Amino acid sequence: MCTMITERAGIDLGRGKSGPDWFVVNEANVSYDHPYDLPLEHALNIDFVNAAGGPGARVAVELSVEAARRLVQTIEAVLARAEQRGVLEDIPLA
Amino acid sequence: MYQTNDYEGMLAETVTLQGHGGDTINAYLARPLGPGPFPAMVLIHHAPGWDEIYREFTRRFAAHGYITITPNLFFRDGHGTPEDVGSSVRASGGADDALVVGDVEGAIRLLRSLPYASGKVGVFGTCSGGRHGFLAGCQLTGIDAIVECWGGNVVAAPEDLTPKRPVAPIDLTASLSAPLLGIFGNDDRSPTPEQVDQHEAELKQLGKDYAFHRYDGAGHGFFYYDRPNYRATQAIDGWKKVWAFLSARLG
Repeated sequence: MCTMITERAGIDLGRGKSGPDWFVVNEANVSYDHPYDLPLEHALNIDFVNAAGGPGARVAVELSVEAARRLVQTIEAVLARAEQRGVLEDIPLA
Repeated sequence: MYQTNDYEGMLAETVTLQGHGGDTINAYLARPLGPGPFPAMVLIHHAPGWDEIYREFTRRFAAHGYITITPNLFFRDGHGTPEDVGSSVRASGGADDALVVGDVEGAIRLLRSLPYASGKVGVFGTCSGGRHGFLAGCQLTGIDAIVECWGGNVVAAPEDLTPKRPVAPIDLTASLSAPLLGIFGNDDRSPTPEQVDQHEAELKQLGKDYAFHRYDGAGHGFFYYDRPNYRATQAIDGWKKVWAFLSARLG
């Protein structure tokens, strides 16, 4: 079924690439619903989008539940290592 | 039934229609060639979008003798590939029930205006489109037959209602004004078999004209030959049930 389980995360600073060029992404739309390509009934879907760029301004991934959980853990682990080394930064270069 | 010495022809094209609130939206229309009169169908596409399989379904219904229209329910959400548009609508919480029902009403109005139409009009939908088909049957009058395939969220808890989906369609069953055919897979998780039981019990209690066919070994979306949930044996039988029902109700 269509679960309609979806959440939207604002992205204050990000870039995405789905063709030859990079573009600004300002939202990540996360859903657990029908994937378009992954051969599962439901998947964890993430669309990194530019909300003003129209439906095509999108970098999409469709993940199994296990893969999604591993991704979350991996992101957290990488950020923790960077923090331990004192190299975390979120201020854009001038 | 088609005979090998019959002439068969079809016209399929993109058209526009006036949907909810008089909005102009586009739609895919396929019709048998000839003077008619032909019965007609409105197909309500599923949440993934106004996509290739629904265009094929449109032509398939036309090949079976129905003037068939599939409105682009996401027309107002921008244009791009069906996947990109569908993803955008998914992120915004799905289609708005009021707009969908209004667009279906506009499609019916267009079909009835065609000089080669018999005046009989049915509705078919799968997944969210199945739910919308049932909803349309409860909120509109003048529909002659409804085919609801695995409509999820017909039974919905209050906490699952949203501004776009403000009512659980099962609560409107008393208003259902058309004969209903339901097709479901017993391995589906939404609607679950228990929810289909609830749906059927409500129809039965209210004395509605309905028939449900429920298939073992099939889950959600088992008509979709391009997805892993496709189940050939059950889908072939399900389509036979659809054609028999529509033939009896629409001619």
